This record gives sequence, C-alpha cells and structure tokens, in this order.
Amino acid sequence: MVFNIYDFTGLTEWIHEGLSRSLSPGLTLVVEWALIGAGLLTLVALLGLVLIYLERKVSAVIQQRMGPMRVGPWGMTQTVADVLKLLLKEPLMTRNADKFLFNLAPFIVMTASFLALGALPFALGLHIMDLNIGILYITAITSLGVIGILLGGWASNNKFSLIGAIRSGAQIISYELSVSLAILSIVVLTGSLQISEIINTQQNGWWLFKGHIPALIAFVIFLIAGIAELNRGPFDLPEAESELTAGFHTEYSGFKFAFFFLAEFINMFILAGVGAILFLGGWLPLHFGIDNSFNHVMDFIPPIFWFFGKIFALILLMMWFKWTFPRLRIDQLLKLEWKYLLPLNLLNILLMAFIAMQGWYF
Amino acid sequence: MNADYILLFFLTGILMVAGGMIMAYMISPKSENKQKRETYESGIPTIGKTWVQFKVGYYLFAILFLIFDVETVFIFPWAVAMKKVGMTAFVEILIFFVILGIGLLYAWKKNALEWE
Repeated sequence: MVFNIYDFTGLTEWIHEGLSRSLSPGLTLVVEWALIGAGLLTLVALLGLVLIYLERKVSAVIQQRMGPMRVGPWGMTQTVADVLKLLLKEPLMTRNADKFLFNLAPFIVMTASFLALGALPFALGLHIMDLNIGILYITAITSLGVIGILLGGWASNNKFSLIGAIRSGAQIISYELSVSLAILSIVVLTGSLQISEIINTQQNGWWLFKGHIPALIAFVIFLIAGIAELNRGPFDLPEAESELTAGFHTEYSGFKFAFFFLAEFINMFILAGVGAILFLGGWLPLHFGIDNSFNHVMDFIPPIFWFFGKIFALILLMMWFKWTFPRLRIDQLLKLEWKYLLPLNLLNILLMAFIAMQGWYF
Repeated sequence: MNADYILLFFLTGILMVAGGMIMAYMISPKSENKQKRETYESGIPTIGKTWVQFKVGYYLFAILFLIFDVETVFIFPWAVAMKKVGMTAFVEILIFFVILGIGLLYAWKKNALEWE
C-alpha cells in the first residue's frame, strides 16, 4: 500500500503516475488541479465549521456558560445550521452603495486567504507549493486582505463601515511591520525563505528553543502583532460592537457577510500556521536530546497531527487572549506598535544577527 | 518552481465566493419594500455624505508605514544572506538601523506618533 501517514510523497506520486498512465499530460494536470482545488475548498469549509464552533465553546467556557447546546450533540451542528441560515438570507445591498466595489470586496478578502493557505506545508510531502521565497510570499499575500476590507467599508456608504474600515487599515498596516520583522529575525537564523528548508533547519530543535532570548521575544511580538493584524482579540476595534455596530461589514448580510467572517478565521489559521513553521518546527515532532525513548514516542505521532496540533494550540491561545483582555483604544493601539513593538523589534533583529554571527545558537 | 499553483489558488478562491454568492442569490427569498435598502444607521435616516475627507492622523501613519515597509523589503535579502556574509552584514545593518532609528526619533519628537 502506497499510503503512509508519515510521508505523503508516495501517495501523491502514486496518484500522479496513475493519472498520467491513463490520461494525456494536459488532462492529468487538469484532474490534479481539480483534486487540489477540491481539497482546499473542503479544508476551508471544515476549518470554518470547526473554528467557529471552537470559538463559541471556548468563549462559553471562559464566561462560565454552556455555549451552543441544542443543535446536535453538544451543539456540534450549530455552525452548519448557521451557514444554512446565512445561505437562505436575502442578499441585501443598500441603495447608495457602490455596487461593483461592494460585491468585489468579499472576493478580494477570500481569495487572499486562499492564496496564502495554499503555501502552507501540512505534512511531509503534503505541501502544494514550495516556493523558494515561501515566507515572503505569505507575508505579501496576507497583506492584500486589507484592500478588501477598505473597499468593503468604503463601498457600503455607511458611516460605521467607513470608520471601521479606516481604523482597520491603519491597524493592519501598522502591525504588519512588526509581523514581518518578527518573521525576519527567524529568517536571519535559517538563511532561507523556502518553507521546507526552514522546517528542515529545525530537525534538531525548534527555533523557539534554539534561538535563545531573541527568538522568544520575536515569538511574543509575532503573536501580539499577528492578533492585531487579524483584527481580533483585544485589538478588534475595527468592529467594536459597542461603538461601531459591526465595523466594516455593517451593511453586509447573508453569504457575503459569511465570507468576511470565514476569511477572518482562515487568516487566523494561516497566522498560526506561519507561527508553527517558524517557531515550532512545522510538522516536525518535539525532540529533546539525541536518540532517547521520548523522541521515539514523539516520532510515532504522524507529522500531520503535529502540524495541526501546533496550529490549534496557537489558535486556542489567541482565543484565550480575545476573551480575557479588554479592548484597546485607537491611540493606545498605535502607541503600542510605534513606540514599543517597532523599536523593540529592530533591536531584537540586531541582537539576533549578533547571535547568528557568533554562532551562539544550537 | 511550481508557481503556477498561485493561479489555481486564485481560481479556487474566486470559485468559492462566486459559487456561494450565486447559490445564495438563487435559493434565497426576495421581497421589496421602501425602507429595506436604506443605509443602516440605528433607525434614523443618515445625514450628509459619507464619502468625505477623513481624519489626517490615519494618513500620517500610512506614510510612516510606507517608509518602514520599504525598509522591511530591504531587510529580507539581508536576512537571507546574513549568516554567509558575517561581520560586514552586521555592521551594514547597524548603520542602516541607526539611520532608520533617527528617522523614527524625528517622527516621535515631531509628535507624529501621537493621536489627538
């Protein structure tokens, strides 16, 4: 049997050979693309269902509630019911809205999420696109989403939307700097932007442990700035319910709203994925020392579970932040970025470069 | 490199949104009344235009972002080559960061980072 949960290379090659034996090269490509596309769509749909359910249950636990309990066992099919409800809602657009841009915005937000999601390595051999500039590609693509948000807010022709969109724009572009600089401080150590190589440099330990204090600082900055870039948690002032109804998507309803919502959760997944790749060794298992029984037990767990486990650990951490901390004001938000995180980040990169130069990492 | 997959991801994203929107359009009920398409503003009609000139503070931060984002783009190739080049690269980035730091300090002293 070619299927091996520890290494998907055999499986993908088997599919490729089987297809090219019976089909022409052009048709093989089409079928393969269709398979990958269907896989991505399934992943996005499943992630949406799981993450929204998780968010509700986590917030319920933190606030000592039960959360959804009525639809299905422990309310597990609540999200499915909600998706159906959104699908059956009338697609509304206000009379004054800019019709073309209003409809374009969900496309941009969702497509940006898809473009970044495809570059993640899910397991050994289960990596759709391994560019030699992988990390740069992900940073570039994830910053496209803000255009969709700005467009949506502007085209709605609603004051709440406009304020939300402009706030969101200022916030996302500010915190993008810190995210990229935190990523760069790990790139200094890896010496490569290719995702598979970054993971391979962590065979003998994750960068979070190997990179001394600067890696730890970079990880903390990455998490804070990443959450802010997602418009989440304590930084959700673009959609602050108590002042802006729903921020940039006030006028969106039905399925268009669902896409904004889904893109937010997919972006959270992508951010956690990038964090897992850079700091927590991607799909590599946790190892301590060389060749002991602990490492063998860890090796027994397949890479795909490691990767998703790390991602969901980071996502739970983000949800914990969101439901614990009070929301910041816009002046506090910009102060945090420009007066604390950015100078700290620049110093941190210098420190990291010094350590890399002296060879003080393991 | 297999960069053609970017096109595939792009198409998948478009397909998902277009499919969802068309499906929602086809199966959802439709009705029309006078107030349905009004702009939402807590139940009262909105006053004045929405597409107005906005607070300048946001644009200041956008300009600052532009400076530092270009700088980040410069650091990317440096970070990749850092370990190979060694001391020279370290000194160079030190000078670069000092110049940048002066820029940030200048903006700070000019109160460009304040929010009023």
